[in-house]
Formats: sequence, structure tokens, C-alpha cells
Amino acid sequence: MSKVSDFFAEFVRRNGATISVYLFTAVIFWIAVLIVLPQLYMLDFSFRFNLPPSKIGTEEDVHTLKNYKYLLFGAEGNPNAFNWLHLEVFFRTIWAAVLVTILNLVICYPVAYYMTQVISGGKARIFILCLILPFWINEILRAFAFRILFGLNGPINFALVHLGIVPEPVEFIKADIALYTGLAYAYMLLMIFPLYNAIESLDHNQIDAARDLGSPWWRIHWRVVIPHAKPGIASGCTMVFMLTAGALAAPQILGGPSSLWFTQVIYQWFYTGGNWPQGAAYAFVLLTACIVFVLTMMRIFRVSLGEIAK
Amino acid sequence: MSSTALTRMMTLFYVGLFFTYLFGPLVLMGISAFNTEKYPTAIPYSGFTFEWFNKLFSDKDLVRGVLNSLIIGVGVVLLSVPIGLAAAIIMSQLHKRARSIYYAVVLSPMLTPGVIIGISTLVFWDRLGTAFDADWDTFFYDGIFLSILGQTSFISTFCMLIFIARLQRFDRAQEEAALDLGASHLRVFFRILIPFLRPAVFAAIVLAFLTSFENYNTTVFTIVSESTLTTVLAGKVRLGTDPSISALAVLIILITLVGATAIELRKRAEEKRIAAQLAAEKGL
Amino acid sequence: MSADVELDHLTIRFGNFVALQDANLRIPAGSFFSFLGPSGCGKTTILRAISGFLDPSEGHVRIGGEDMAGIPPNNRPTALIFQNLALFPLMKVWENIAFGLEVRRVPKAQRRERAQELLELIALPNQGEKLVSELSGGQRQRVAIARALAVEPEVLLLDEPLSALDLKLRQHMRTELRAIQQRVGITFIYITHDQGEALIMSDQIAVMSQGVIQQIGSGPEIYENPKTPFVASFVGENNAFTGRVASADANHAAVETHFGALRGRNSAGLKTGDQAILFVRPEILQLGAGTQGNALKSKVLAKEFEGFASHIHLANSQGERHISFSTSQEEALNISPGEEATVHFSPDRAIALPLGELAHE
Ligand SMILES: Nc1ncnc2c1ncn2[C@@H]1O[C@H](COP(=O)(O)OP(=O)(O)O)[C@@H](O)[C@H]1O
Ligand SMILES: [Mg+2]
Repeated sequence: MSKVSDFFAEFVRRNGATISVYLFTAVIFWIAVLIVLPQLYMLDFSFRFNLPPSKIGTEEDVHTLKNYKYLLFGAEGNPNAFNWLHLEVFFRTIWAAVLVTILNLVICYPVAYYMTQVISGGKARIFILCLILPFWINEILRAFAFRILFGLNGPINFALVHLGIVPEPVEFIKADIALYTGLAYAYMLLMIFPLYNAIESLDHNQIDAARDLGSPWWRIHWRVVIPHAKPGIASGCTMVFMLTAGALAAPQILGGPSSLWFTQVIYQWFYTGGNWPQGAAYAFVLLTACIVFVLTMMRIFRVSLGEIAK
Repeated sequence: MSSTALTRMMTLFYVGLFFTYLFGPLVLMGISAFNTEKYPTAIPYSGFTFEWFNKLFSDKDLVRGVLNSLIIGVGVVLLSVPIGLAAAIIMSQLHKRARSIYYAVVLSPMLTPGVIIGISTLVFWDRLGTAFDADWDTFFYDGIFLSILGQTSFISTFCMLIFIARLQRFDRAQEEAALDLGASHLRVFFRILIPFLRPAVFAAIVLAFLTSFENYNTTVFTIVSESTLTTVLAGKVRLGTDPSISALAVLIILITLVGATAIELRKRAEEKRIAAQLAAEKGL
Repeated sequence: MSADVELDHLTIRFGNFVALQDANLRIPAGSFFSFLGPSGCGKTTILRAISGFLDPSEGHVRIGGEDMAGIPPNNRPTALIFQNLALFPLMKVWENIAFGLEVRRVPKAQRRERAQELLELIALPNQGEKLVSELSGGQRQRVAIARALAVEPEVLLLDEPLSALDLKLRQHMRTELRAIQQRVGITFIYITHDQGEALIMSDQIAVMSQGVIQQIGSGPEIYENPKTPFVASFVGENNAFTGRVASADANHAAVETHFGALRGRNSAGLKTGDQAILFVRPEILQLGAGTQGNALKSKVLAKEFEGFASHIHLANSQGERHISFSTSQEEALNISPGEEATVHFSPDRAIALPLGELAHE
């Protein structure tokens, strides 16, 4: 206890009273009112019945597991053992997010490596600028561009049909191809930069030394570059997974009519379903999945949270 | 020798492919903005037109959305930059154990999906509003207010990270030196610390504003009955049949290009100045 | 204006660790006072307590007779020069110097004028418009001094200010610092782990070890008359011989060393049978048997010839204990490794002290 009061005494002495008040007010407001309390309320809310405002706070407003049961088993009277409709959406979303993350890593690793090894100076700056530019454009507009690209009358179908590769236009959007490529595109920057930063700190001589020892290029990557880039890989994968699993705009715009993203189900509970507690429960499940993923990445790659956030 | 040449060829081919992936869709979208076709498409190209731009400016929903986005952006900057700064300063003064717990807490919004931040903000204030028996037109249910708070929750983390990076290079002895020379803590803060952090403050403002302006996932839940540029856009795009969206994209791309070039030029000038200074120092 | 500084039974603890233990001393106004000790012995801690960045765990700091308890650094009549200078990199040189005046709301024109005067004092006229980063190490050093002097402190505190400079510049700045102190006439409290600096500049020196002040005195006093083995071994070179006291009187004690019984002054009142250390500075050793019977027979291990002097390393007959000294005696030219050699010293210049902690090199 005295340690805590010592800390405050030292803090005030170091920063002065006014500044200390500002620092603590700002941070406590942030942590309590903007971060912790909303999450707790959401958690609490997810264990409640969907009541009209007039009944909130009355004796009917009690806790229940109903919303979580619904995700698992569906409404009462559901003929199936489980609520396959939503469970499938959930697992497909997680699975697809993992795939998109891996796809992203595969696409971006060579580019990040190229950036660190081949180009330098002013050229590198222009290269980086070119990378960043597309991502200053709204996420929704980027998804829209893919819709144009993969549309039934879009340029790809136009080319495929005119070159005689396919007899008639392919339904890329229905097949979710547009969605996956669009999602991979959307968060590429968050994969490239952690990779780039991690690889860049590798001493180029190590690569030369490995090459000098007769190591083939793939072994150089497997034994030297990739181990060194581990924190960057962990960071990039975590961010991309989290953003992909939590994406809403791209699935809304590029998703086929039959394939929902889990966030879309949540959205429906809030907007068309009008059942907020149910939506809160679903949101909490998604949050848990993301936390599990982050912890798994930290385990696998033996990195700290700080390294992931870099 | 020929194998290196082959590797280089393949590398270049890959990089070329990558940039096609990066820019191709945007270029096609750009073309569709000037295409007379009723449906947004680049091919077939049936004729040049500015029609979609005219349509854009007469779209009341969109204009209203942009205004709201601007208001929210300013609000987010005003909140998240001071919060991020405070959080970074506290971080730099915490000791080991407390520091890692604190770091996990303040980092968490960045690792939380945006929709969840939006939902939790919405639910929290809704419940508070109910608890206080507030009317529907109070701030508890105000989309702009909620969006500012929701976005601030995670944008503050971005700002904090910017400040932490800069603070790591700050020599705290400077603060003590100023105090020792008679300065008050307030003066030290504004005369020593803030000037040192100025580039970071600038970066944090820009980042906070752009992130806010761009945001959809959080805002779509917190905006309630209002609208922002992104929610209006999402609505239009989902219906998906209007080339004026492409026209808007072209405008945004242009603004982006100008902005990015300006920042780049600024950076160049700065670097030149530093290089000249270094040279002068060596000459001494 | 200058003020005296008094440490009244000052103790400072960090948790359970005692960084400074019961320091009790008075530094006269207008003097140049040094704290000398190895790194980590608590020197910076003392300065931070005097300037107000640390509160005493026990005891008091008085400046000009006034108790400083509760007075923050910005209200004390002291100015501190930091170990790393802590100049403000974003301000011009003259703004750095005038910062203390800016804080005191002195009008700009006056500030500039005062900065100009101080720039002249530190021999850097016309450099005011530069940025700190455009100055060399020695120039920055002087700017830090000027910045501290601008607020007209009664006491100037300097924390190893020369440690970042190269050897030549350090030697030059020693003289300069002393000159500046004499010009402005205020109290300088100087911290260093370099005994040369302390000896050259100070009126008085306090030698410290592990938070304890071992001895306070003028340079010659401390050098010639160390009170503890730590001081004897830390200040200047010294050959240390441990052993029991074979015989002692009021003036001299004979210590049974590996080289036989040797005599030195007995200022600590050693008695026969006590464990003691005899300290013999290299510069008092002379080749030959001498006349006072204080000679040691030894074997030459090695000899290094360096023109103006020869450095000679000796061992006792069992080859166990080593001593080293330098000499420009003519006889030195004729001895070579492996040979026997006899050296002697005057018992009035060696000193015998009770066994205690030595300084580690
Ligand atoms: N704020 C602190 N907390 C804990 N220990 C400290 C602190 N400041 C200094 N110390 C310890 O006190 C001792 C003396 O430090 P210091 O006065 O800086 O030594 P120096 O003589 O090298 O200037 C050192 O062992 C150091 O580790
Ligand atoms: Mg020190």
C-alpha cells in the first residue's frame, strides 16, 4: 500500500500538481469510461433478456444464459441439435480469417524482403509511399473497386470471355473470390510494415555469410530471415486476423448473398433483429475468439504484447 | 550468373504483379467515374462524362455525412491526442510490473475488433441513459457524441504509440534542468516537453483525424440515427449501382495524392536541413 | 552572493538501500568543494539532495543557514550542472543561457544582453545564435555553465561535468573551471571520480565510499595524511603492505610485511599486535639501502624504460608480493630483471593504518 502512495507522491513531485491532475484524469477517463466499463456493460448486457426500456430495472430484468444458448442450440423447438446456421457462420468466419491471414503473409513476405534488400534511399521512400497511398482511400471504396473488378460485367469477366477461357461470365462474388481477395487487399499494409521493420533490423552480412557458406536461398530464409522476422510475423498476423475477423464493410459489399460474415449476423441482431442482448452475446463470443488468437500467437511466436503492437 | 538474372526477373515480375494488385482495382474504379455507362464499370467504355461528379455534389445525404464526419474527426482529435499524450507520459514513468499490466490495458482497444468497440459503447451509454431516465434527444443517444467516444477509445492507443516512440528519445534531465533553473512544472511542460514532442503531436493529429474520417466498423454502431461519410457510402455501395461513388473515390484519391506529396516534400526539406546541419557540424 | 552549505546528519535511503549515510559537514561560502569517490558511491545522490530533487530520509540540508526542507528545486538558490549537461536542443545557445531569466519574466532585451555577457565570460562570444547541436563538446560544457550562472545562484552544483570530454579538453577545462569559480566567487560543489580533477581544483575534498564520507580535507591533507585505507588507496597510487604491528610508539609503527619489518608514521595510534596496512607511495621509494634502516630486499620482476623514468616492478624473495614504482635515479639504468635489488623509503612519508577496506581499481 505504501508503495502505491510512494508512487503517487513521487509522480506529483516529478510532474507538478496541475500536470498530474491532467495526466490522471485523461488516462482514468480513457481506461474506465471508454475501455473497461463499456466492455463490462456489454458483457453484462449479453446475459440479459431483450426487454423494452420500460421494463429495464424491474424484477424481470435478470441475468440469463439464453443468448449464449441461442448461439449454440438455436431457438427452442429447433429440430437440429445445434444452431448450425450461426455456428457455421462463426467457424467459417474464423477459418476464412485464418486463410486470409496466411494468404496475406505469403503475398507480403517477398515484398517486405524485397523492400529491405533490394531498394534503398529515395527509391525506398517512393516505394513505401506507393504502398501507403491505396490505404489512405476509404475501406468501403476499396471494396467497391473490387466489386467493379469482379462484377459479372467487370473487366476480368470481360477478358476471360473474350479470350475464350470461359464460355460465360464467372460469378466471382457469389463464389466469395471477390471477398477473399478484397479482404487480403484491405489489411495488407498491416502485414507488410511489421515484416519490413523486422527484416530491416537484420544485418545484411548474416545473409551474405549464409550464402557464402553455400546455403540455398530457401534455407537462408528458413533458417536466418524468418526466425529473425518472428516478432514482425506475429505482429502482422495478429493485426490482420483481428481486422479480417472483425471486418464488416468488405463482407457487406463483397459477400455473396448466401454467405454471411459473423459480424454481419451481429449487425443484424442490432439493426434488423432488434435484439441487442443477443447481439452483445455474439459480439462477446467474437471478442473471445480474437483474444484466444492473440494469446495463441504470443505463445507460438514467444513474443510479448509490446512486440505485437509495434 | 544466368540464375541471378533469372531470380531478378522473377522478383521484378512478382513486384510488378503485386503493384497491379495494389493499383489495378483503383485505376478501374477511376475510369468508371468518367464512363457514361449507367452501371459503374470500366469496360465497355462508352464515352467520357463529368455527369457523376455533378450528381455527387447534389447528393444531400452525402454532404450531410461528410459534415458529420468532419465534426466527429475534430472531436476525436481533441480527445484522443491529449489522452494519448497523457497515457504515454504515464507509461514512461511506471515501473516494470505495473507497466506491463498498464500496457496490456491501454493496448487492448487496438486488438479489439472495431465492431465490438462500437457495440460496447452503444450499449454502455444506452444503459446509462436508461439508468438516468434520460430523454431520447440527450447525449446518451446522440450518434455524434457516441461516435466520438467510441473512436477515441482506440484512436487514443494509436496516438499513445506515436508519443511513446518520441518520448523514448527524450532526456528527462532536460526537465530537471529547467526545474532547477526555476521553471514551474507547467512551464516545463509547455516550453520543454511539448516543443520536443511537436512532430509527434502533428503526426498524432493527422493520424487521429484520418482514422476517424475513415472509420466504419465502430461508427456504424455508434452513429445511431445520424450518418457519416462512411455509413452513407456503405449504404450506397451495398445497393451498388451508381458511378457517382467512383467519382467520389476519384476526388478522395486526388486529395490523398496532394496530401501525400506535400508530406513527402516536407520530409525531404527537413532531411536536407538536417544533412546541412550535420555537414556544418563536421566542418567545425 | 554566495552561501555556505551544511549537511546535518544527512541520510538518504532508496527502500532498504542506504545510498548516503549520516553525512555531516559544512561547505564554506565561496569555496570550491569536491566530493570524490568511485562510481555508485552516492555522489549524485548528495547533489540531488542539495538541489532538491531528493528528500532526506533523515537529517537536513541548510543553505545560507536556512533549512531547505520542503523547498522544491525551482525555489532553491542552487543551480545544477547535469552529468549529461541536459541542454535544451531546440533552443538557440543564447536562449538556453537565458532560460532561467525567461522563467523569471526578465524582458527579452535584457535577457539577450545578459546572455551576451555570459557568452563572453565563457569565451564564446558571437555563438549565441547557433543551435546547441552545432557546438563542440567543450563549447557545450561551457554553455551549460553559463546557463547555470545566468540565474545568479549562490551555489553551483556540478555533477562530473567533464567526464564526457576527451583527455586534453578535460585538462584544459579543469583550469578554466577553477578560473571561472574564482571570477564569480560563488560556492562550487563539484562531483568527480577523478582524483586528479579533485586535487587540482578544490579547496576541500570529501572522499566517499559506499555512501559513507571517509575523510574531509584539503588536497595535500588527504594525499599526505589519509585517515582510512580506502582514502590511502583511492587517492593517488599506493603500495599496500598488510601485516601485524611488530612495534609501535607515538610517532612510528613497524609492520611485519612480506618484505620484512617496515616503518611508517603511526597517526592512528596503532599498538603492537594490531592488524595493519602500511602504505608506501611509489614516489618515495628509492633504490639503495638508505640510512634509516627502512629497506626491503627484493627481486626485479620487470623494468620498463620510458626515457624520463624507469618503471620497476619488484617481488619479495618468495616472489609473492609485488610492488611498483618509477624512478629517474641513475642506478635504475643498471638493474635488470632477475637481479636482486634493494629499495628504501623514509618512514616519515609512509603511513600505517588499521586494517580496512581498500579501493578497487
Ligand atoms: N532512484 C534510485 N532508486 C534506487 N537506487 C538508487 C536511485 N538513485 C541511485 N540509486 C543507487 O544509489 C547508489 C548511489 O548512486 P549515485 O549517487 O548515482 O552514485 P554516483 O556516486 O555514481 O553518482 C547507487 O548504488 C545507485 O544504484
Ligand atoms: Mg553520478
